[in-house]
Amino acid sequence: MIEGIPMQHLLIVSLFMFFAGVCGFIIRKNMITILMSVELILNAVNINLLVFNKYLFPEQLQGHFFALFVMGIAAAEAAVAIALIINIYRRLNSINVEEVTEMKY
Amino acid sequence: MRNELILAILALVILAAEIFTTAGNKHKIITWSAVLFAAATVAGFLPHPEGELFGGSYRTDQMTVVMKNILNLGVLIVFLQSFDWLQRKENHDKISEYFLLVITTLMGMDFMISSGDFLMMYIGLELATIPIAALAAFERFSSKSAEAGIKLILTSALSSGVLLFGLSFIYGTTGSIYYADIAPQVAVNPLQTLGFIFFTAGMAFKISLVPFHLWTADVYEGAPVNVTSYLSVISKGAASFTFLIILYKVFGELLAVWQPLLYTLALATMTIGNLFAMRQDNFKRFLAFSSIAQAGFILLGILQAGNLGSTSVVYFVLIYVFTNLAVFGVVSAVSHATGKENISDYKSFYLTNPRLSLTMLMGLFSLAGIPPVAGFFGKFFLFTSAASAGYYILVFIAVLNATISLYYYLKPVRAMFIDKTDTPIATFRTSLPTRISLVMCLAGIFLVGFMSIIYEFIHAASFGL
Repeated sequence: MIEGIPMQHLLIVSLFMFFAGVCGFIIRKNMITILMSVELILNAVNINLLVFNKYLFPEQLQGHFFALFVMGIAAAEAAVAIALIINIYRRLNSINVEEVTEMKY
Repeated sequence: MRNELILAILALVILAAEIFTTAGNKHKIITWSAVLFAAATVAGFLPHPEGELFGGSYRTDQMTVVMKNILNLGVLIVFLQSFDWLQRKENHDKISEYFLLVITTLMGMDFMISSGDFLMMYIGLELATIPIAALAAFERFSSKSAEAGIKLILTSALSSGVLLFGLSFIYGTTGSIYYADIAPQVAVNPLQTLGFIFFTAGMAFKISLVPFHLWTADVYEGAPVNVTSYLSVISKGAASFTFLIILYKVFGELLAVWQPLLYTLALATMTIGNLFAMRQDNFKRFLAFSSIAQAGFILLGILQAGNLGSTSVVYFVLIYVFTNLAVFGVVSAVSHATGKENISDYKSFYLTNPRLSLTMLMGLFSLAGIPPVAGFFGKFFLFTSAASAGYYILVFIAVLNATISLYYYLKPVRAMFIDKTDTPIATFRTSLPTRISLVMCLAGIFLVGFMSIIYEFIHAASFGL
């Protein structure tokens, strides 16, 4: 329990982060930035899990552990995604999503 | 747990084999991996104890064993079909990578199916998704393959983010991540409904249901044929099984929420998948949209929310494994022999390669659901289960869709048997592993429909709400 900060405020922060992430995923053109938007979404999830754990169910640590695993897996995901982005860069000399349009419809 | 342990050991053995074999002997890894995996598949059919492990995180019962066996069988066929492709010179240094990645993703899917809490399910889901992106980008010098990989990893990252956001609300309202603790606390209230809808959106990405299907066609087209067949059959089957289990075992109380939701998704998925499949000429893209349409049919079974529903879904996926892999086997054989992947290239295929075209014919008939072959029975049971829950209008539309699908499934048949061309695909002889895999698929297509013991066996293991 953090003194003076109600749970709702933290949840609003995480909700804002989530939608900023989704928005960034859709409107950004650079693949690295898209990847960062995904990380933003995952961090919003982590805030949610930690806040619920801390404020509502402080006697158990399930939320904390879930957040730890989410961080680990996000790192693995980022590693593979960056490798694939480098692969794209070698093929196309660009990491702009609008250039990756060989296949459509 | 036995299945997962065997797969983990197999992965380590392949890793060791990669280190200790000399460059000239790498091709032997293909045969050995396939033989060892075949042994693992057979071992899966041995009697298996039921129970829980790790305080309920992992649980297994007869149904999960059946599901895992279906996936194993499918992966075995995929392995047999990828012999020709792996024996090429440019893939020589990547043989063990292929087996390693496929076996780890399969292990992830097994964990996903027998998960007992959302953490295990999430880890399984990611283990089953991240390596597939690497597999899709397997052909390093093809820009299409690279494009498929990046599209898959970015969309799946977003979808698992959305899924997790939903799960965080479920955790917040119930205070637990264990299925057994969550299920009694689930009720129709705004926050849980919101969490559930986010969760469904995330899963719908993986099963490629319609508003979330846009990645499917591009990834299927760009990835190597054998990876595409793995994605469209095994990956989709595992995701549908998991979705089924979680809906029935955790969100049973939200029935009033998810039945209309799935109703709409099924309607959109069947119709749009069918309409887009009509205009495709690339075979892999065509099969991508066909697999989207088939996912819509799977939802019909899930909707029933009872024993009949889970039986018909598992039975349909079993048939779908054989059917789709029969078609993919022929497509991959042709693609590796000639490099041609378009439906219009198959003109006069029957005159040059009669046996392959007959195999393809049976596969396409089964996909379309024409009576003598198994695909008909699979669809029949799905429609029966939806009708038994009272969804007559939905079943009527599904039957209409199945009729429409005849049009495009018969397009390759027309190309092979009726259309004439002066430059058909030359006669070629398929390799022994491909032939074994196609015989297995054909046996499945003919036998699974007629041997009622298989259906009854699945029904005995089935579970309802």
